[in-house]
Amino acid sequence: MSPEPILRLEGVSKVFGEFTALDNINLEIDEGEFLTIVGPSGSGKTTLIRILVGIEELSKGKIWLRDERIEELPANLRPTCMVFQSLALFPHRSVGENIEFPLKLRKQRADDRKARAFELLDLLHLPRSFYQKRISECSGGERQRVALARALAFDPEILFFDEPLSALDFRLRKNLEKELKDLHQRTGKTFVYITHSLEEAMVMSDRIAIMRSGRFEQIAVADEIYARPISRFVAEFMGEVNLFSVKGDVSGNPVGTEIDIQTGRVGPDSGMRLAQGVSATLMVRPESVHFLSEDSAADFMVEGVLQAEYALGSRTQYKIEADNGDELAVEKLREDRFPGKIGDRVRLGWNAEYAHMITEE
Amino acid sequence: MERQDQRIGLLSAVPMGVVLLISFLAPLLVIAVFSVMPQKVFSLLHLPDFSSYKLIFTQGYIKSVVWSFGMALASTVMLFVICWPLAFGMAKVFKGFGLFITIAVVVTLFVSENIRLFGWVLTLMKGGLIEGHLRAWTGLTFEGALYNVPVIVFGLVYAYFPFMLFPLIQGIAMVPDDARQAAADLGASRWQIFYEVDLPLSAPGIVIGSLLSFVLAAGAMAESKLLGGQTVIVIADEIETAFTYGQNWPLGSALSIILILIIGALSIFGINRVNLDLIMGGRRS
Repeated sequence: MSPEPILRLEGVSKVFGEFTALDNINLEIDEGEFLTIVGPSGSGKTTLIRILVGIEELSKGKIWLRDERIEELPANLRPTCMVFQSLALFPHRSVGENIEFPLKLRKQRADDRKARAFELLDLLHLPRSFYQKRISECSGGERQRVALARALAFDPEILFFDEPLSALDFRLRKNLEKELKDLHQRTGKTFVYITHSLEEAMVMSDRIAIMRSGRFEQIAVADEIYARPISRFVAEFMGEVNLFSVKGDVSGNPVGTEIDIQTGRVGPDSGMRLAQGVSATLMVRPESVHFLSEDSAADFMVEGVLQAEYALGSRTQYKIEADNGDELAVEKLREDRFPGKIGDRVRLGWNAEYAHMITEE
Repeated sequence: MERQDQRIGLLSAVPMGVVLLISFLAPLLVIAVFSVMPQKVFSLLHLPDFSSYKLIFTQGYIKSVVWSFGMALASTVMLFVICWPLAFGMAKVFKGFGLFITIAVVVTLFVSENIRLFGWVLTLMKGGLIEGHLRAWTGLTFEGALYNVPVIVFGLVYAYFPFMLFPLIQGIAMVPDDARQAAADLGASRWQIFYEVDLPLSAPGIVIGSLLSFVLAAGAMAESKLLGGQTVIVIADEIETAFTYGQNWPLGSALSIILILIIGALSIFGINRVNLDLIMGGRRS
């Protein structure tokens, strides 16, 4: 049995003057889920969670938290909490006072507050000596943990995160991504996370929601979004990708309308057939494209010239210029590097099982 | 190189330092010396004599000190209560309208304080703007609203309004919006946000505004003279009388020293209470 939705949005819209920030959003978030909302700047994701925690008012729509309508409830009466992008720690209070803040508002006894603050310091791997420390004496990662501890002290039903890791360096961010995932499992709370970063979303989330211009473009598990995006926008947003405009020919084979794609064995069950004259976008990720030897073949094949090679650490990326001038990307693991050199003529191929046909518009 | 820069810096500061010494410290010194001179003696050679200070405590001058500081305190508290909502609006809510209010408040300063107070005298006196119109329209009359302590406090609030308002705006502007939003998100009511976030984070503005208003109000004289009709005698009035009609410079000086000491102590206390660096997240020394 699938878990009950803890939060349900119906037709939520937000308009700022002439600008529509959110356009008729519908969403269900399951109890205990880790949902990540990804989208470019200005797509409306921050506005959405500010509405969900009650800092911003919606223009239209309904929000249910379990069976209760909450869209009219002010922020301080909602059982939700947010970790801000800036973290919004109180600079005039110590680490301990910051963590205890929501407990103090509930008039808990000082001893109980302190005990809970220590528990949370332990949970977030901060030394108990930090209780007395000033916020200004904490590093970026430590502040991040303090903000998280303060939010957990509130004991919210849903914990929202507004790009809290964006200001941290790469290494620290990677560590905290894993810690957040771990914390989600240990606390069992519902996490809703906002980020620009595809990798952050992939590492942590149960589901990913892609936002564009105030609407959800696609909501699905990470693998599905990566392998079977429903639009060119989602495909491009989820990392490096090769996209080809194709059209079905007389026999149902997708034929490239810009790049000459030779179709080899596109069978009727491959999901790659197109009715005659129907346009679509053929997608293949760079890691699924192979360099073909003279005598080998694949379901799809393209010829071109190797233009550039980029070392990406564990992988190597190649840029190939197709005969019509368009660029393709190919990625190989370091140990499978292509032995050719820049300027070589190459044949590329990929199989239907790793390709995806986008039939939007 | 650095030492040479320092030396040049010090040398450059000498002329201004001399001007400050002469214009600021010298008058203070003169007042301090006069305050320990025997009364009605104009000889400069004598032993220190504290009879003027004794006079302050035995002849009821202390009452003027209490009135001055009491009314200054009352006006400062009222100014804070009145200015806070306006300052909050100007710092956080109003946009172009804030500039309009700023200009409206500043423009009043272009007119001399005495003239503005005379305006209030004409408004509040018997037969003035309010009582005159009331009598003409309804036949009802009253003795005017002048010559009492509340109207003096009103005058102080009116005169020193900008000195509280503008520092408060600066103080409130320093409170990060996301800290207020985070407090609400963590369950704080409007009152709790005010008490737990706004007040401590805008403390520098509050202290500076309060000090300015209090110090100016404590040394003010025009309000008690023009609006209060000398219902109560304030310390500045006593000082003026001692120096002019009384020709008792040692007494005037001693009263001035008392005023300076009290205000100086309050200022130092207030400024020390507000550690701007600490409030904004600096290290505790």
